Amino acid sequence: MDNDTPLIQLSHGSGGRMMHRLIRDYFVPAFDMKSLHDSAVIDNLPPGRLAVTTDSYVISPYFFPGGDIGLLSVCGTVNDLAMAGANPLCLTAGFIIEEGFPFDDLKRILDSMRAVTEKIGVNIITGDTKVVERGKGDGIFINTAGVGVIEDGVDISPLNIRPGDKVIVSGSIGNHGISVMAERNGISFEPKLLSDVQPLHSLVAGMLRETKKIHVLRDPTRGGLATTLKELASASGLGVLINESSIDVRPGVRGACDLLGLDPFYIATEGILVAFVDPGDADRLVEAMKKTDSGKDASVIGEVVETPAQSVLLKTKIGGIRILDMLSGDQLPRIC
Amino acid sequence: MLNKVVSEIKELKNAIDRPVRLMEVCGTHTVAIFRHGIRDLLPEGIQLLSGPGCPVCVTSIRDVDTVIEISRSRDVIITTFGDMMRVPGASKSLFYAKSEGSDIRIVYSPLDALKIAKDNSSKKVVFFATGFETTSPLVAATISEAENTGINNFFIYSVHKTVPPALRALLESGEVLVDGFILPGHVSTIIGKAPYKFIAADFKKPGVITGFDAFDILSGIRMLLEQIAGGKAAIENQYTKVVKDEGNLRAVSIMNEYFVPSDAEWRGLGILPGSGLELCEKFHHRDIRSVLNPDVSGGREPRACSCGDVLKGIKIPTDCGLFGKACTPEKPVGACMVSSEGTCSAYYRYMGIKES
Repeated sequence: MDNDTPLIQLSHGSGGRMMHRLIRDYFVPAFDMKSLHDSAVIDNLPPGRLAVTTDSYVISPYFFPGGDIGLLSVCGTVNDLAMAGANPLCLTAGFIIEEGFPFDDLKRILDSMRAVTEKIGVNIITGDTKVVERGKGDGIFINTAGVGVIEDGVDISPLNIRPGDKVIVSGSIGNHGISVMAERNGISFEPKLLSDVQPLHSLVAGMLRETKKIHVLRDPTRGGLATTLKELASASGLGVLINESSIDVRPGVRGACDLLGLDPFYIATEGILVAFVDPGDADRLVEAMKKTDSGKDASVIGEVVETPAQSVLLKTKIGGIRILDMLSGDQLPRIC
Repeated sequence: MLNKVVSEIKELKNAIDRPVRLMEVCGTHTVAIFRHGIRDLLPEGIQLLSGPGCPVCVTSIRDVDTVIEISRSRDVIITTFGDMMRVPGASKSLFYAKSEGSDIRIVYSPLDALKIAKDNSSKKVVFFATGFETTSPLVAATISEAENTGINNFFIYSVHKTVPPALRALLESGEVLVDGFILPGHVSTIIGKAPYKFIAADFKKPGVITGFDAFDILSGIRMLLEQIAGGKAAIENQYTKVVKDEGNLRAVSIMNEYFVPSDAEWRGLGILPGSGLELCEKFHHRDIRSVLNPDVSGGREPRACSCGDVLKGIKIPTDCGLFGKACTPEKPVGACMVSSEGTCSAYYRYMGIKES
């Protein structure tokens, strides 16, 4: 690479020679872009309905235990497609980079995006880069959009939720949020907590091979498991009853939550999903999920009930009942 | 083991021929009681009331407004614990002030604030110091560190509060309908048992210093019921694995070296004599109020707010005219709504009032 500075300059976003070099030397090799026209053209669309999604990633710090903003920006969008039952077809990526951002960090982020897109088998087919003045961004922001195809017969929607449906979770909760929070605040835990960020498309594809009649899928990102369940309860007009003892919270996450006064049910995850399924399909699906890497800790955590409508009830380990409501804002560490 | 305690509680309650009202004083207990679903396990006729809650929620409107005013100076960085950010002043919170451009940062310890002071020597770094006896020794230790290392741009705005004077004020108001107190485990680790003795001696109410897991809390309730059933009033310690009767003498001594008791304003309760801590004369130069002399007028609580009566157990939240209308978890007026697990906030959610 023939850049004469280790840091991104404003002129790298100005449309001139420096920008072309940045794109040629960094983005094109990372993303295997075939053409640099204004639009990418998708040939030979497979049959089925198209799913389209977009999401922006602004995480701080952009490197965290278990991942980085690049990995997150690919997985997050692939997972949004997967939660619609869609097989990811291609992605786009837009970068807003702050003046002074280290090229080395950019390379690490692009390498990680390349590695995960190769693993998933999906291409980033078009992109965009802007550079903003120092102080006007937080290092790097990435927007990705994704296009996927939903096979005929797959219909995933909160409106499909029925009383008696089983609620499945594919893994332990709280890992992403706590690991990022710990990194952000210089708190360390032994063993080190890692973000669970990972793509879930193959887990979903495996589930859909078992049965196309999955009622709803969600990945509990911001707001955590409690918020996701509450959204689904509200959308379906039904209630959800879950058992605390069936939900896996890793000791490190539990310890950090106790220390900071946080509730793991509201902590973000980036690599698990919640599924509402017909009770007759539940055990079979859990068995199939357990055979995969990303679903090996899957279990049934509860079921859908008619009343109380639009509410999520948690049966606590000691047998009490607690309501899980939406939070009015972020969880904040308390002191007492 | 849990089942045994629960059945003992039921037996004891049967022996007491009237409803029993117990107050948990500490916000951490309130949170734990909700998290474990403890109310569900208790027999009819035992009511748990949430007391003054966490020290953050009772920070007065005037204090929040004053800190916001201070934060407007360009050479000031305000640092505080995360849960302080949402506590409302007369018209805005610290979060809102931050969005308006004030430099306000969340820290996990006053020592983090001291580090910010060290790294920003051209700024006045103010730690908005809230907390009961559990945090004030740490703040005292931080000031000691600032003195020893010559970090002269570190200041505090103390709204520290102490638990026993608040309980005395509640009891002296004569209206409190409480049969016994679940006393805070963490605070007692510092101050020990003696400062609560007046509760039993002067007001004939039992109190039990209680830990925070489900078994601790249920055991504390059982110990209170035993006393009530036997017509006794004493201060007992359930949390013996952590709390010593004499407390932590070193922590108390550093607290006394830096702070003196002062009258303090509690949101919902008004000014309670001797219930606050301010820096003693020798360390006034660390008190941002003596350096900047901020002048904030007004900051009165809305007259219709019934938090004081809710905290005393003489009103339930729905008796308050503001409840669910002018006062909601998104826009709280009183202390009981500020805390996500405060009495009013809990009522709001459990009663299923729809957000508009």
